[in-house]
Amino acid sequence: MWIRLERRPEASHLMSYASPAIAIVLMLIGGLLLFAFLGKNPIEGFKVFFIYPLSDLYGVSELLLKATPLMLVAVGLAVGFRANVWNIGAEGQLIVGGIAASAVALYFQESEGAHVLILMVIAGCIGGMLWAAIPAFLKTRFNTNEILVSLMLVYVAQFLVSWLVHGPMMDPDGFNFPQSAMFEDSALLPLLTEDTRLNLAFVLALGALIVGYVFMFRSFAGFQMQVAGYAKNAARYAGFSARRMIWIGMLSGGAMAGLAGMAEVSGPMGQITEHVSNNYGFAAIIVAFVARLNPVGIFFASLLMALLYLGGEQAQQYMNLPSSISNVFQGMLLLFLLGSDVFINYRLRWKKEVAV
Amino acid sequence: MTSETDDSQESRLELRGITKIYPSVVANDDVTLSVKRGEIHAVLGENGAGKSTLMKMIYGVTKPDAGEMKWEGEVVNVENPAHARSLGIGMVFQHFSLFETLNVVENVALGLPGNPDLNQLAEQIAEVSNRYGLPVDPLRLVHALSVGERQRVEIVRCLLQNPKLLIMDEPTSVLTPQAVRKLFDTLRQLADEGCSILYISHKLDEIQELCHVATVLRDGKVTGDCIPSEETPKSMASLMIGKELPVPEHNAPVELGEVRLQLNRLSQKSDDPFGTELQDIELEVRSGEILGIAGVSGNGQQELLYALSGEKPLADADAIVICGQPSGRDMPDLRRRNGMGFVPEERLGRGAVPRMSLTENALLTAHYKDMLKNGMIQFDKIAEFARQCIDGFNVKCGGEEHAANSLSGGNLQKFIMGREILLAPKLLVVAQPTWGVDVGAAAFIRQQLIDLRNEGTAILVISEELEELFEVSDRIAVIAEGRLSPVKQLADTNIDEIGVWMSGMWDQPASVEVSANA
Repeated sequence: MWIRLERRPEASHLMSYASPAIAIVLMLIGGLLLFAFLGKNPIEGFKVFFIYPLSDLYGVSELLLKATPLMLVAVGLAVGFRANVWNIGAEGQLIVGGIAASAVALYFQESEGAHVLILMVIAGCIGGMLWAAIPAFLKTRFNTNEILVSLMLVYVAQFLVSWLVHGPMMDPDGFNFPQSAMFEDSALLPLLTEDTRLNLAFVLALGALIVGYVFMFRSFAGFQMQVAGYAKNAARYAGFSARRMIWIGMLSGGAMAGLAGMAEVSGPMGQITEHVSNNYGFAAIIVAFVARLNPVGIFFASLLMALLYLGGEQAQQYMNLPSSISNVFQGMLLLFLLGSDVFINYRLRWKKEVAV
Repeated sequence: MTSETDDSQESRLELRGITKIYPSVVANDDVTLSVKRGEIHAVLGENGAGKSTLMKMIYGVTKPDAGEMKWEGEVVNVENPAHARSLGIGMVFQHFSLFETLNVVENVALGLPGNPDLNQLAEQIAEVSNRYGLPVDPLRLVHALSVGERQRVEIVRCLLQNPKLLIMDEPTSVLTPQAVRKLFDTLRQLADEGCSILYISHKLDEIQELCHVATVLRDGKVTGDCIPSEETPKSMASLMIGKELPVPEHNAPVELGEVRLQLNRLSQKSDDPFGTELQDIELEVRSGEILGIAGVSGNGQQELLYALSGEKPLADADAIVICGQPSGRDMPDLRRRNGMGFVPEERLGRGAVPRMSLTENALLTAHYKDMLKNGMIQFDKIAEFARQCIDGFNVKCGGEEHAANSLSGGNLQKFIMGREILLAPKLLVVAQPTWGVDVGAAAFIRQQLIDLRNEGTAILVISEELEELFEVSDRIAVIAEGRLSPVKQLADTNIDEIGVWMSGMWDQPASVEVSANA
C-alpha cells in the first residue's frame, strides 16, 4: 500500500472552507506538543494561551482592540489579493500611515475639536497609500515585482520612523527617549467604554469590513478584480484594465494599513515610537488567507490572530516563555493552512501495489 | 463477438464489459470493443458519449469500475500512462500536455524513459516529422506554437516510441486538406506496418475514408459496430445521435448593407519572436454577409484575432474601422460598445472564467447592457440574461449558478456564442466556432451564425475547418504567413483551390491546383 496525491477533477468547495478549520486544529495540536517539549503542562499552556485572555470583559476588549488593525489591514489587502496583486508591504504602509497621522497630531498640539482626528484619519490613509503607490507605479510602469518592492519598502519605513523619533519627532521634554510627545486628547480616538482601551477604530474596522464586502461581492469593480485573479486572459478579453486593478489593489491595501497605523498611534499608544506596529502588517496577510479573502472570514480570523497575540503575552507573563511564542503560533497557522490548501485541488488515494 | 480463440490470437486490444461510473453519471456502460493488429478503428460519438473516458482507461489515466482489458491476449491492468507506453500504447490527446516554457525537444524528452541526448533527439524529431509530413522545429518553445503545431508535436512524440496502438483524439481539425491526406497516408502506412489505430472523430467523411471498422457510442453504451465503407454519413450519424443530422440552411445571400468592419493595411509586428507578423491586411465585411478566413493554424490567425478584439491594440487607429469608428487603438470593451461581439478560440480561461458561475460569466461581456447601477451589479438582471443564453442556445447545464468549468466544451461554446449573439452585435468576430464540438452542437452553432447574418449582422469567421467555412461563408479568404489572400465569392472557388492557397500560393498559376488533388 502506498499513498498518492491525485488531482481532483474539480476544486473542492467544501475543502476550501474546511481547510482553515483543519489548520486551526493542527495549530492547536502543534501548540500542545510545543508546550510539552518545552517542559510545560500542555493543558495548562492551552488554558493560559486561549482561555485566560478571555476570562473577563477587559480581556475581551483587549482582544477586539488587537483585532482592529488586523481587520483593517486584512480587508484592504484582500481586495488586491483577489486580483493577484500581492502587496506584502502592509507593515511599511502601516508605519508610514502612523507617521503621517502623528505629524498631524503634533502639528495641531494646541488645537481642540474634531478636525484634528478627521485630518489624522485622512493623513493616515494618504500616508499608507503613498507608500503603496511606489510599488504600484513601478509595477505598472516598469513591470517590477510588487512582492519584492513592497516588502523592501517595509524596512525603509522602519528606518524612517526610527530616524524621526530619534530626530525631528522626538519629544523635546522626553529625556532623549526615542519617542514623540504624548498626543493631546483631541488627537486621541474616543473610547467605546470606560475602563477599557477599546476605541472608535473598532467601529471603523467593522465599517471597512462591510464596505469591503459590498465592494468585493456587489460592485462591478470588485467583480473585475476577481476575474483578473481567476483568469488573466479572460480579464483581458473582457477589456478590464490590468493597470487599474493594480492601482486599486495596492492603494486599498495601503489606505487600510495607513488607517490601522493611525489607529495605533491615536489609540493604545497615544504617541509614536519605533514600535508603531506589532507585526500587524504581516499577521494580516495570514488573516486574509485563513479568511479565504472574505470579509466575514476576516472578522473571525482577526479575532483568532488577536487571541494568539494575547496568548503570547500571557504565556510570557505566567509561563516564562518568550513572547515570540505567538510568532511561532502564527507561523504554524500559515504553514498548516498552506499544507491543507493542497487538498483543495488534490486528494489522497490509497493504492494497492500491482506488479507491472 | 466472434469465437474466443480467433480473437485472442489476432486481437491486439480487447475490452469486455468496461464500466465506469462517476458520482453523477455513468460514463461507460458495459463497453465491449476489439481492435485487431494493423486495424484503423474509429470510435464515433458525440461529446459526452464516453469516448474520452474509454480512451483514458485504455491509456491508464483512469481505472474502470468493472470489466476487463486484454492486451495481446493477456489480461492487463494499466496502472498509469507510463505503463501504457511501456506496453506500446501511445495517445494524442485533444487537449495537449506540453510544458509551455520548454522547447519541443525538451517536451518530448520528458515523456521518454531515461535521460535522452537532446541533440540526437532533435535529429530524430526532425526525421520523423519530415517523414510523416508534420513540420515542427525541434528548438522552438511550445508557448510560441499554435494549436495545430502543438498537435504535431504530440503526434511526433508518440511516433518516436514506435507504438503498437496509437490513440488519436480528433486529430485533423487543425490541418489543411492536403495535410489531412498526408496524415491519412501516414496512418495507413503505420497500419500496414502493423500498428493498430484507435481514431476518435466526429467527422464522418474522414472516418469513411480512413477507418476499417467503427464502434459507435451513445450515452456511454455501444449502439453499434459498422464498416464505414458500407455505410453512409447519414446512417452513421443516426447511429451516433439517434436521429438525422441537421444540415444548416444557407439561403441565398441577403442584400448587403453598410460596411461594418474595414481593415486598412493592418500590419503588426509580433512581440513574440516566434509569432507571425501581420502584413498589410485589407478586407471589408458588410452587414448581412459571412466572410470566412481559412488557414493552417499558426499563420497569423491568433495575431489577427488579438488585433481585432483589442486584446492587443494597434498603434494605428485607422487600421481597424468598426461600424465607421476608427478603433485600432481601442480596448476590447470600447469596441464592444461600438457594436462588435467577439468569440475567442479558447473558451475556458479567455472566453469564460472557469471557476465563476454562468451568471458571472455572462456579466463578463454583457455588463454594458444596463446590468449595472451606480457601479453595483444587478444580479437579477444578469441572471435573467444568463438564463436566456442557456435556454436560447440549448446549453446543457445544472443552471446559471453552476461554474463554467462544469460544462462540456460544446455546451460552454454554445453559452459563449449565445452570450455574444444575444448582445445583438452589429459585427461578430468568431474564432473556431465549433472546434472540438460534437456534430449536433456544431450544426446548431453554424445555423445560429447563418440566422444572425440573415438578420443583417456582419460576421467574420476565422476557422481551420474548411468544410465549416464552405458551409457558412458567403465569401472566403485565406491567411498564410501573416498575409491575406484575395477574397473570393464562395461560388467562384472550391476546397482544393483554397487548400493550395493555405500554403500561401495564391500568386501561382492555376495549374498548381490540379496537382494538389493527386
